[in-house]
Amino acid sequence: MTKSIAEINEKIAKGQAVVVTAEEVIDLVRKKGTAKAAKEVDVVTTGTFGPMCSSGAYFNLGHSQPRIKAGGGQVYLNDVPAYTGIAAVDIFLGATALPDDDPRNRSHPGEFKYGGGHVIEELVAGNDVRLVVNAHGTDCYPRRKIETWINLQSMNEAVLFNIRNAYQNYNVAVNLGDRTLYTYMGVLKPRLGNANYSTSGQLSPLFNDPYYKTIGVGTRIFLGGGVGYVAWHGTQHNPGALRTDKGVPRRGGGTLAVIGDLKQMSPRWLVGTSFLGYGATLTVGIGVPIPILSEEILEYAAVTDEEIIAPVIDYFEAYPQRSPEVLGEVTYAQLKSGSIKIKRKQVPTASLSSYSRAVEIATTLKGWIKKGEFRLTEPVAPLPGVESGIIIKPMQERPLEKEG
Amino acid sequence: MTVAKTVARKVVLRFPHRLVDKPIIYRLVKDYDLQFNILKASVTPEEEGLLILELSGSKKSYDDAVRYLTGVGVELQPLVKDVFRNEERCTHCGACVTICPVDAFVVNPKTRVVDFHETKCIACALCINACPVRAMEVRL
Repeated sequence: MTKSIAEINEKIAKGQAVVVTAEEVIDLVRKKGTAKAAKEVDVVTTGTFGPMCSSGAYFNLGHSQPRIKAGGGQVYLNDVPAYTGIAAVDIFLGATALPDDDPRNRSHPGEFKYGGGHVIEELVAGNDVRLVVNAHGTDCYPRRKIETWINLQSMNEAVLFNIRNAYQNYNVAVNLGDRTLYTYMGVLKPRLGNANYSTSGQLSPLFNDPYYKTIGVGTRIFLGGGVGYVAWHGTQHNPGALRTDKGVPRRGGGTLAVIGDLKQMSPRWLVGTSFLGYGATLTVGIGVPIPILSEEILEYAAVTDEEIIAPVIDYFEAYPQRSPEVLGEVTYAQLKSGSIKIKRKQVPTASLSSYSRAVEIATTLKGWIKKGEFRLTEPVAPLPGVESGIIIKPMQERPLEKEG
Repeated sequence: MTVAKTVARKVVLRFPHRLVDKPIIYRLVKDYDLQFNILKASVTPEEEGLLILELSGSKKSYDDAVRYLTGVGVELQPLVKDVFRNEERCTHCGACVTICPVDAFVVNPKTRVVDFHETKCIACALCINACPVRAMEVRL
């Protein structure tokens, strides 16, 4: 049995497409078997809703009168600095940017109440944001200072552009030390007090297409409550990660770079986030549709939490020191049971990624497709797969030569 | 004649594992002449002791006792009145589940929605800053 994306789109146009979520497909395959289910199902929808630090947005602010050249100067949105090293009124705001006067970790653990991710959430909510520009002034752009309110509607372009989202798999973080750790994986209690994980497991986009056979550059997706696209593979994309027999990565694995018009997104799916003692970030909602082009693709999409394995990593010593030590491997089914066994100790688990909201994303995307509002796209280029030989590289430091 | 100023305070005490079997509250009575009323006591699965007390006595004794407690390594916080969840903001990720010392947050195994049991909450406020989207708030 094979189908094409064009055939599936025709069925979507007629309102006849059979769409199920990555959770629903599991039961369907159990009941009907892969062959029959693959014939029936046209699209499987996935979802993930978790903190994703390599997120941000670029904006074109419009030209003031007289003109100002923010490029090379300083720009602040609600006191959070944006990157200005581009043309006159284009700026980029990163999710982890912090106000210059944020106390950070001077009083440890810092609270990181407000950063770039929070500004993005406020803009998407339609709020006015305080813009401050300091510039050097030129003959063509004479102005040196602007202070004004702006919002999404007043901008020309407002584009969410996340250079690494939707990590295929992720570490389970624990703490072997004797003091509390404040990390991007949350608060880790001493002596294996808890274990934090952060993927939606069987619902997560890249777990359902482990070899990137359908997801590629140009794939249309659910992004931040609106429509977005896969722009490229994400940074640190690591198709060469260790895999199970069924091809599911047992370590980080692949990632996606995604892009979309911020003006049609929603603050329910882009939430400013603060990690105590670590920093600010953005929680992002992503859902990717998987066209069931063959039995093989359905088999991948029917992956269950029992078949997905994550590494347990110590964030007291191993992670900060970049030691390769893995304390053990656990399945997502074990993680979701509420506790896992590490070093003969029963350790309670917690998730940083919301499974219930991931279900909501997959269900929303399913609804859009069933109603014919959302068509599937043919990828214009594949993501680098296992055959690319790409393996994530660590930094090799080299001493700078002494200046004479 | 001077009248000693008296105080009555509700406090949350957290005992690290090494102090759980030490006679600390006894010394509050013996050495600092404080009265105590136990509102809640538990030892968590991580073997941390948790005690909520109302302490009363002279202001000086109370301050000295606080100094003694923090000196030996007991974490002490005033018992705030009420902790509530901003339902609009909560994303039901579950980061709070293992932070709460009294298991007031429970993941529904079927829906994976995080239920907050306010009646279990002892208002220790540990969840306030541990919540990544800061959905937990203190009502003073």
